[in-house]
Amino acid sequence: MQRLIIALMSGLIFGAGLVISEMVNPVKVQNFLDPFGNWDASLAFVMGGAVAVTLFTSRFIMKRKTPIFADRFYMAAKTSIDGRLVLGASLFGIGWGLSGYCPGPGIINALINPAEAIVFLPALIIGGWVGQRYSA
Amino acid sequence: MFETFPSQALIGGILIGISAALLLAFNGRIAGISGILYNLLFNPLSSAERGWRAAFLIGLMGGGYLALPVEFELRQGYSPILLVIAGLAVGIGTRIGNGCTSGHGVCGIGLMAGRSMIATATFMVSGIITVTVLRNFIG
Repeated sequence: MQRLIIALMSGLIFGAGLVISEMVNPVKVQNFLDPFGNWDASLAFVMGGAVAVTLFTSRFIMKRKTPIFADRFYMAAKTSIDGRLVLGASLFGIGWGLSGYCPGPGIINALINPAEAIVFLPALIIGGWVGQRYSA
Repeated sequence: MFETFPSQALIGGILIGISAALLLAFNGRIAGISGILYNLLFNPLSSAERGWRAAFLIGLMGGGYLALPVEFELRQGYSPILLVIAGLAVGIGTRIGNGCTSGHGVCGIGLMAGRSMIATATFMVSGIITVTVLRNFIG
């Protein structure tokens, strides 16, 4: 129950952060990815602010033997850099640029611009399913 | 670049960082949205494993809802074909690359993970090339 409440709170704060920062505005995201054109650098502060917090806090969190409410830290299984990582990240960047949506904003967009979400979200889920098949 | 200091971007970013720190410190989990979504949808999991992921995603929508309304003008008339291609690319790419902006960009870099730094640099460059090509040679 404690872990469910934490997950819910974490989601709430994340979702609010995505809307407040305007990461959910696809035109602003595309302007951020357009340094040779009509560049809007403000979204660099979203990742900058987020990473400043995680860099600072992770150092202290990972000094603990276990998380506060769980038996262990569930870290990524893979640590090596391979072609799949670069291929996957490249594909993701193409889709991010074409639409202005990464997964979080794509999900929240169901509440903001349903006309686009109804097209983008099913494609995202089908893509994830295809990627999963390809991964297995 | 920007007219006034982007305080909303910074505040939103700090909130995202706090969210990721909370999930890691208390539950030992990475706040990677694509992984949470796909594991919930496609992997057979125990009810506890499903539960926290569902709670996170419900929270994500709820937090987004509480922060509405947005101040920007909604995009209209954008090519549905582009949105479909984009959705497929984001879906396939984040699954085979094991993460998106949140998992690699926010959590992974915070943990100084080499994979996440490479992934983030790659999707930033790929996104910039895509928008540059889209706006100058296609759109």
